[in-house]
Amino acid sequence: MSQANPSVGPWALWRDRLLKLQSDKPHLVLLGLMLFLAFLAMDPATWFVLTISGMAMGTMLFLMASGMTLTFGLMSVLNLAHGAFISLGAFVGAVMLTGALGVYTVSPSLGWNLLAILPALFAAMAVAGVVGWLFEVIVIKPVYGDHLKQILVTVGGSIVLIQLIEVTWGANEIPVPRPGALRGAFVIEDWVPLIGGLVMEKFRMVALLLGLTVYGLMLWVIDRTRLGILVRAGVENREMVEIQGYRIGLLFLGVFIAGSALAGLGGAMWGMYREIITAHMGEELMISVIVIIILGGLGSIRGCFYGALLVGLINLYIGYIEPRLAAVATVGLMVGVLMWRPQGLIPVIKV
Amino acid sequence: MSEPILTLTGVHADIDQYHILHGIELQVPRGELTVLLGRNGAGKSTTLRTIMGLTKVPRGSVTFNGKEITSWSTSRIARAGIAFVPENMGIFGQLTVRENLVLAGTHGPLDQSRLDWLFDLFPPLKKFWDRPAGNLSGGQKQMLAIARAMVEPRDLLLVDEPTKGLAPAIIDDLATAFEELKAREVSILLVEQNFSFSRRLGQTVAVMNDGQVVHSGTMAELAQDSTLQQDLLGLGLGAHQ
Amino acid sequence: MLQSILSGDLPRSRVLSVALIAILIALALGPFLFPGTRAFATLGMICVFIIVVAAYDLMLGYTHIVSFAHTMFFGIGAYGVALGIGHFGSGFGAIFIGILGALLLSAALALLLGLLSLRVKAIFFALVTLAVAFAFLSVVTQMYHITGGEDGLRVRVPRELGPAFRPLDSVTGFDLFGFLGVLFTQPWNLVDGFRDAFFTVRFTGRTLMYYALFLFAGVIFLFLLRLVNSPFGRVLQAIRENEFRAQALGYRTVLYRTAVVILSALLTTFAGALFALFNRYVNPENTLNFELMIFILLMCVLGGMGTLYGAIIGAVVFVVAQNYLQDVLGALSEAVNVGGFVGSLIEPSHWLLWFGLLFVASVYFFPSGIVGQLRIWARRREVQQAVAERQAESSARERLT
Repeated sequence: MSQANPSVGPWALWRDRLLKLQSDKPHLVLLGLMLFLAFLAMDPATWFVLTISGMAMGTMLFLMASGMTLTFGLMSVLNLAHGAFISLGAFVGAVMLTGALGVYTVSPSLGWNLLAILPALFAAMAVAGVVGWLFEVIVIKPVYGDHLKQILVTVGGSIVLIQLIEVTWGANEIPVPRPGALRGAFVIEDWVPLIGGLVMEKFRMVALLLGLTVYGLMLWVIDRTRLGILVRAGVENREMVEIQGYRIGLLFLGVFIAGSALAGLGGAMWGMYREIITAHMGEELMISVIVIIILGGLGSIRGCFYGALLVGLINLYIGYIEPRLAAVATVGLMVGVLMWRPQGLIPVIKV
Repeated sequence: MSEPILTLTGVHADIDQYHILHGIELQVPRGELTVLLGRNGAGKSTTLRTIMGLTKVPRGSVTFNGKEITSWSTSRIARAGIAFVPENMGIFGQLTVRENLVLAGTHGPLDQSRLDWLFDLFPPLKKFWDRPAGNLSGGQKQMLAIARAMVEPRDLLLVDEPTKGLAPAIIDDLATAFEELKAREVSILLVEQNFSFSRRLGQTVAVMNDGQVVHSGTMAELAQDSTLQQDLLGLGLGAHQ
Repeated sequence: MLQSILSGDLPRSRVLSVALIAILIALALGPFLFPGTRAFATLGMICVFIIVVAAYDLMLGYTHIVSFAHTMFFGIGAYGVALGIGHFGSGFGAIFIGILGALLLSAALALLLGLLSLRVKAIFFALVTLAVAFAFLSVVTQMYHITGGEDGLRVRVPRELGPAFRPLDSVTGFDLFGFLGVLFTQPWNLVDGFRDAFFTVRFTGRTLMYYALFLFAGVIFLFLLRLVNSPFGRVLQAIRENEFRAQALGYRTVLYRTAVVILSALLTTFAGALFALFNRYVNPENTLNFELMIFILLMCVLGGMGTLYGAIIGAVVFVVAQNYLQDVLGALSEAVNVGGFVGSLIEPSHWLLWFGLLFVASVYFFPSGIVGQLRIWARRREVQQAVAERQAESSARERLT
């Protein structure tokens, strides 16, 4: 029956729906597929913990990657020094947590902790933003529109920034205290159906919440505000934005500063998460960042978010099964997606 | 006649290593619709882009409203009161019709009465208000492009070949819209290859060939003088008639 | 004769010619001019990097393909030899097997990358290669039971290439820099200085290895010079200038690009193998690190992209700076002796800071690199001379009439 008329059979219908889904919502299909495969490969409680942790890692990576994807989308500037801003944020955050505010950090009370955490995160963003401003004006502006030179000067600029970090804070890795109230884990007794009891690290939950909040905020700005319209328009056609009377250079500078600040925020969070930082941590994270923005489609905030979740999850899942293959799996995911959809999952620009 | 709103004097322009404009002399009278005619490659589009500051001017000067704008940035020229509808319309396809128009209103929220006037001129804009502009048809996109240039009062409107690739019925709608704009005494510089369209709308006319303005005068004069027309049609207008 | 050796691509600048001849002499007679193991290592690294950077320039300068996977191929060559010797013993057969395996692996990976570059745009390609190279580095670091992990592998080279092999006894060398030092600081001791400058060269298997390396570097360089000046090279330049036009002219640009990626990878793999034999120790840091990749990029840009001679100049300048800039900074910080932030700015360990600044500045002010800039100056002087001659001629003619 279904062979006689394939378009009405239930299987064919499902196949059509699936095909449509994979072309319309490839990010959801991939995310679902990954969650499902991981669920088959491990017991439910582990799966649940790893999923939450992976998403927490993903949202932190999203903070770092979002700025880079937007600067590329808006001005097709490829900033390979982005990792240096991650390191910078981590160091500023760490210094704030250990320095004058150290007493608040060690306190077991969340209220006191916040007195240290909030200024630390804010300072990380501010310093990274200001340095980003200088970096854009001095290093990047002279090479607009020339990818090869951008790669060269941002690589050079990255070396200089990282060296300056080492000059300022030393070349050794430094420990970062995790605020008292965020140490340890939530323990859930084994009454949850199917999953049973589990243990969730507190800091990851906080990171997840913060990441989701920033993502929501960014979506709101991008979708609902005039600034967001302007950014989206600029990603699509920057000449036309100028023809409308807007100074695209100023807009770009603003986005660059915001992107650097977010990288700083992500770096500060990552420092607290790993509890140890080096000047080169940003460079190491750049690989994940690059995979994320390629996965998502350069210039796409939504794509960047899903890309970050995918990278976070695959890192945790594969890391659980065979830790040595985590990096390979991440890059493999990217190569696979590129073969499937060369423009990334949610492309917004024709690169 | 009052002073022209826009004057180009001896304007040269290069694109890459090619010398495109060789000393353009052009005046756009205030409150009139001026048509810029000429065959493909004569430099009409480059002239518009040069006025907008999108192509650098190594020699010559562009004066707008009595101000020398030759070396201004594109965004500054736009803010001074020139709106530009490029040949490819430059619609933001990922943005909705509403967002396209909101962006064009650089002075804050849109004026509802003006919006209503635009809806009257171009009804499809109201119908597809919250749809992505990329889904509009070619003619609707052209309407959006012109509406976007008019969403706030501007002193001068530059339009590059609005009828290109459009069906005759839609061209007729566009002509009506332009007549409406003329009635409001908006100064317009229109690049056009469709001679019947430009004959219907144009008050003054300039003809370009090989990077220079080779003729300028009133449209009435050109429309009546068949020898002159023949000469200029011989430059390539004939292909469209 | 010289024309045909250099494939008609002459240095085209007097300063550059002099520098190249000086470098050639220094490398050819190196072990006899510069005493000490550090100088010896520097000479060897220059030869290795001349191959690596020239091969990289084939992609970057001549085809505008930005790849960050170059160190991956270098590492494959180095580890190939190390593993070959590790498994089959210290013989030339083992080296041969190791190199062959490494070349095969590199060719396969380069082909994959080349095919991937069909699917994505140039800027994506750069990012993808970066990620792939990182994944490779992580695999090598993690598979410590095979690769030794972070610790790396010692390469037990055949006796003929090792320090224990002494084919020649008591060869005399002349310490050029020692002598020059005396010449400039104590000219009154010139005779003593001249006599002291002679030293006994330890001519061992390592010296033989160095000369093998030097020879390979020369041959590969001349081969690349011929290649880029052949019809193949012209097509590459056409693709670089305008890919669409090259396509429209009927060239299978994809084929050419893939061929360049593979060729460049193979040469780099070979350089990696030579490095392993010369250095006798490989680890992720000296073969696969991202920093090394940046160094290669720096050398290529500093020397001058799209001018193979730039590979020689870039490698020499960089390797010498890497080895001796720290000394200079050390001397400087001792002489200045300020503490605090400024003091730590000129600490020898932060030489990279200065190098980075130099690099950024050179991209802005000398985008065509040292060789490109020398050629521009030479060309300008020629034009000025021609103009002056013509003016003299015409004024003479005026005087006649």
